[in-house]
Amino acid sequence: MYVYDEYDRQILTERVAQFRNQTDRALAGELSEEEFLPLRLQNGLYVQRLAPMLRIAVPYGMLRSDQLRRLARISRDYDKGYAHFTTRQNVQLNWPALEDVPDILAELAEVEMHANQTSGNCIRNTTTDQFAGVQADEMVDPRPYCELIRQWSTYHPEFAFLPRKFKIAVNASDDHDRAAVQVHDIGLEFTRNDAGELGFRVYVGGGLGRTPVVSPVIREFLPEMDLLTYLEAVLRVYNRYGRRDNKFKARIKILVKAMTPEAFAEKVEAEWEHIKDTPSQLTPEAIERVKAFFTEPDYASLDDNPDALKAPREENKAFDAWVKRNVDAHKKPGYSIVTLTMKKTGVPPGDASDRQLEQIADLADQYSFGEARVTHQQNVVLADVRQDQLFELWRAIRPMGFATANLGTLTDIICCPGGDYCALANAKSIPVAEAIQRRFDDMDYVYDLGDIDLNISGCMNACGHHHVGNIGVLGVDKKGQEFYQISLGGSSQRDASLGKILGPSFAREEMPEVIEKIINVYVDNRTEEESFLDTYRRIGIDPFKERVYA
Amino acid sequence: MPELIRHDGIHNDEWTLVSKPEEGQDLSLPDGPALLPAAVWKENMDRFAGRNDIGIWFDSHEEPEVYADMIGDLPVIAVNFPKFTDGRGYSIARLLRERYGYEGELRAVGDVLLDQLFYMKRCGFNAYALREDKDSAHAEYCLNVFSNAYQAAVDTEQPLFRRRAS
Repeated sequence: MYVYDEYDRQILTERVAQFRNQTDRALAGELSEEEFLPLRLQNGLYVQRLAPMLRIAVPYGMLRSDQLRRLARISRDYDKGYAHFTTRQNVQLNWPALEDVPDILAELAEVEMHANQTSGNCIRNTTTDQFAGVQADEMVDPRPYCELIRQWSTYHPEFAFLPRKFKIAVNASDDHDRAAVQVHDIGLEFTRNDAGELGFRVYVGGGLGRTPVVSPVIREFLPEMDLLTYLEAVLRVYNRYGRRDNKFKARIKILVKAMTPEAFAEKVEAEWEHIKDTPSQLTPEAIERVKAFFTEPDYASLDDNPDALKAPREENKAFDAWVKRNVDAHKKPGYSIVTLTMKKTGVPPGDASDRQLEQIADLADQYSFGEARVTHQQNVVLADVRQDQLFELWRAIRPMGFATANLGTLTDIICCPGGDYCALANAKSIPVAEAIQRRFDDMDYVYDLGDIDLNISGCMNACGHHHVGNIGVLGVDKKGQEFYQISLGGSSQRDASLGKILGPSFAREEMPEVIEKIINVYVDNRTEEESFLDTYRRIGIDPFKERVYA
Repeated sequence: MPELIRHDGIHNDEWTLVSKPEEGQDLSLPDGPALLPAAVWKENMDRFAGRNDIGIWFDSHEEPEVYADMIGDLPVIAVNFPKFTDGRGYSIARLLRERYGYEGELRAVGDVLLDQLFYMKRCGFNAYALREDKDSAHAEYCLNVFSNAYQAAVDTEQPLFRRRAS
């Protein structure tokens, strides 16, 4: 994991001092609310429905155990004793006091954490695959490149006041896309050219929200050394020509669409021509330096599927189900990737208490070289667990609430905080998730249904990524009443697609019933080995419509 | 007289910012040094040949590209920030400095607030007409709030990754 040097430390210390100064001036009335707004947002601080909300950055989802412990302490000392893992691999505190935020940021800085640019019209936290560096099928470990992007985008002087927020995601796996790169402002996908050189396929102009778009490719191959100069060219074109007259039309996807992807790409190329050979071009030494922070931990030499795993799997059905669902293959023999699910029925998806954060820290120390990762599905990953310790780990995490063996299933719901917390929301989302989880409480049935992404957003800002859920649920407001609109067929995978709206929306209490009807159409129509999405793509939306609105 | 912040301190600003003439209205020049709207200046360039008390200003939507070959000798160029949240002026400043080689005084004018000064400086501004209600006593801290930066910009040719690797 990246470790700060003197430069990073000093810059961050100065940042904390800067925000303290800004907060003091805001509290003293020297900064108007309007003037303070972008400053506090760029330090992670929202003012929400019930209280301020502080969004803490977790660059590319990686956390050390000491950082987890510090988050636990902060959530206890300054908040109500819990934190929330978000769909952007960040952590949110829901109840900090505004005047405490500079102190919280100072505490975070001590463990090399911050809330930089987690909100506001600037370049946000760059996200990537939560399995980066440990899976067998990736071309290269994307994290060093994410770190280089992080540094480049941090306090970028030209791009702190963009037309709108700006999100970048990186994927390095040929088979999967756990970072949903095609629904980001910029998606970067590692690829090699005919000469075998490493580079990126560049997608620009995807995104969810009010106008969901699966992004076009604007460059098939960008050499790796040109990463930052090309990003700069894209951002400069966006900064200069993105719409500023209407915040709903200000995202880069609208600009790319209006110009056409081809014309946009030409404009970027023309800009890039001027800057590609400047000192901002990366160097092999610079990449090597950052790569040195993401080297392999001290793996033992082990064999796959040891007796210490085989025997308990045969004897214990629940453990076996958990291994099947929540444990993934690792590139090193004898190791596994474990996902701790934060989706226990009755607990808001992604919420973790201070005690749980400390438990995760302890688990990371004991089983996974002191590191954990946050996923955009709001779960937590231990990336380097010995297979012969899986049974012991499972027994340890069951009482902690992390062993719900539903990863990737219908009840592993992505869900924004919704109207319970968020000032933007039109409807609650957490109770909907809970009601659906309760309806589908028979795990054997849930396993039989296989992989299904069910995503819930409480408003069209789409923090719950409902557009790319196989089943998407969107909270809508009709004359002050909460209703829920369903879409089907979305995917954030390599075959990314946007869900299609099923029809008129439903009252909250109808939701479990409606989801059940949708699932029954799948069960009645599927062929063997067909996933929900496969069946939907084969039979189309009509059979679902007929059953649900019958 | 209004104040102007430069990197060596606070000065009296002797330049008058001339607004864009309304349709059909003639350009009226003030006494003393003047900053003209870029388009107006371009139309009347011959009139101002050889004068060192005429500068221009760009609005945030204007394209410095159009003026690339004409601006080298201007003593002052200003870039307007109609709202402090309008970030186009940062790109304009970098282009003027890095692409079109402008070396004279580059001013930020309009909704210029303290907390943007550091970014403005990095993008090539070296003079700032702070919005009237803001206290210029804070300017020095705000201009120098960070001792280092990750990226290359007008003030830093080598990005930090190159300085670290060397």
